[in-house]
Amino acid sequence: MKVRVDSVGFSYGDTPVLKDVSFEALPGEITTIIGANGAGKTTLLKCIADLHKHRGNVYFDDQVVARKDMPKIMSYMEQNTDCEAELNVFEIVLLGMVQSLSFYVSEQDVEKVTGVLRLLGIEKYADRKIGELSGGQRQLVFIAQALVKDPKVLVLDEPTSALDLYHQFKLIKFIRKVTKERGCVTIMTLHHLDVALKYSDRVVVISENTVYGEGSADEMFTEKMLAEVYRVKADILKDAKGNKHIQVLEPLDEEYEEEMDAESVFPSEE
Amino acid sequence: MSDKEKKKLVDDAIGSQNFNYTQYSAKKYMIIAAGIVLCVVFFFLDVVFSSTYIDPAVIIDNLLHPGRDDIMHIIVFDIKIPVGLMALICGASFGFAGAIMQTMLNNPLASPYTLGISAGAGFGAALAMVTGLGGMAVLGEYLIPGSAFLFALLACGGIFLVAKVKGFSADIMVLAGIGLVFFFQALQALMQYLASPEALQGIVFWTFGSLTGSDWENILIVLVMFAIIFLLIYRKAWFLTAMKLGDSKAAALGIDTNSIRKWMFVAISLLTATCVAFVGCIGFIGIVGPHVARMILGEDQRFLIPMSCVCGAAILTMADVASKVIGNGVIFPIGILTSLVGVPFFFYLLLKKKKAVA
Repeated sequence: MKVRVDSVGFSYGDTPVLKDVSFEALPGEITTIIGANGAGKTTLLKCIADLHKHRGNVYFDDQVVARKDMPKIMSYMEQNTDCEAELNVFEIVLLGMVQSLSFYVSEQDVEKVTGVLRLLGIEKYADRKIGELSGGQRQLVFIAQALVKDPKVLVLDEPTSALDLYHQFKLIKFIRKVTKERGCVTIMTLHHLDVALKYSDRVVVISENTVYGEGSADEMFTEKMLAEVYRVKADILKDAKGNKHIQVLEPLDEEYEEEMDAESVFPSEE
Repeated sequence: MSDKEKKKLVDDAIGSQNFNYTQYSAKKYMIIAAGIVLCVVFFFLDVVFSSTYIDPAVIIDNLLHPGRDDIMHIIVFDIKIPVGLMALICGASFGFAGAIMQTMLNNPLASPYTLGISAGAGFGAALAMVTGLGGMAVLGEYLIPGSAFLFALLACGGIFLVAKVKGFSADIMVLAGIGLVFFFQALQALMQYLASPEALQGIVFWTFGSLTGSDWENILIVLVMFAIIFLLIYRKAWFLTAMKLGDSKAAALGIDTNSIRKWMFVAISLLTATCVAFVGCIGFIGIVGPHVARMILGEDQRFLIPMSCVCGAAILTMADVASKVIGNGVIFPIGILTSLVGVPFFFYLLLKKKKAVA
């Protein structure tokens, strides 16, 4: 299945959040959406998942999918993993299949949940209440919930935001493996640019409510892009293997610089 | 390091890899079955115990050999059994209604009582008594419950209309409900102010809640209502469980939360209005029942819904037994008892829960 985002637009009231966004995401590939804070990354993911009424269309293999049929092909994981429910990890993951669960949970469904918990290495938490887990552990639980129904399209909003550096790399590697093995379309947003650079097959840069550029990670990560989109002065370094790395040197904002140069950011009460 | 913390660390290290979901579910079904047995026991106690001095042995004898003594037969089959059944069905309905409201509004305080439905019914009943409609010979028997039902539905309609403007968000529904509690309580106070001494007595007695007016006809109405609405909602148990994750997560799982809230609210309103119309404002069961059920079985609604019914039914029948025992010749008003016993018990549960988390 191929996902084609075609001229998608969205406004909150009169404030435009997205204008004329178009790009393609292919099966077996990770398409990462990056951009500064408030660029509209989350909104774009919600439009793709049809959780927002938007302008333009999103085609799945050249077809528009009705909202009620969306859960059959797609898993969407939101950034927020807060959850107050008195449910254990197993039950939370089971809910990933809520549209197809029979009243009595079948052996196959139990096996699916056990399998995905094992895959993510969180089977030992199966009977723990979700509220007892740390933010990072909860994030893994919701990733498991997204994966349990083996979706054709996986949409993840900042799947690594609560994880430490080690687990960020580990999880993205895992998502990449799943994407390749299952041949699903994975679209996600990432804040950590080094991770995005290293593991994305395609990168879509959003800036000023629209697409700044799209292409391979190598093509998109340039000093110019980092200056224009993120307003930072950065060097793109190449290691011996030819892999790119980002070294951020300083912010490019004049106001920010003036603020920092001033003797004290917080004036005294004299 | 406390033993509990040590145990947690050890559990983390070894992991509970033997978690067996099938066994875990089977255990929950067993607990519900045990609860049903308990309800049956309470029901028999309710039938056997009397506020008057009737020897329980005589009642048991009449249950085993119906028709032996005509007066006893009437007492047992037309008074005591209907009261016991009404306690079971209304208790289950209040527990059920509370559970659904708490789940769909994602608010532990939601219940027919806190959302103004009982207050609406109370005003409806008071209005019928003050205007003297309840004393009318024709339709008299059904005028007070009818008026209570109507105003309970009006309260629901009020919440519904306000919520409609805001797209059935949970917060708006809870706030609108709380507003209506004060509104209808003020109207009821006005009725009491205007009432004749006889009507005032009637209003006060009605607000206590009472099962004594139960007959087979009332039971049939409440039972049919309960059965239909229970089946309609229970089919959607998985969706309700997913709604516990929060609206945005449920929406991402393909659930139209606002539409579910809309039709379930209407269904639950009909059921509560019916129960309140017949037995009055029996407080607190709608909050305590689901909370006890949740503490025992967690929030998988396939288990929570039946368990809330079981807890509600058990609490109300138990309260009915107690109201006869402590009344010493008269039946102590059951609505007072459920709140008086319910609140301290509720506090105990809350404190106990807090300790377990900390």
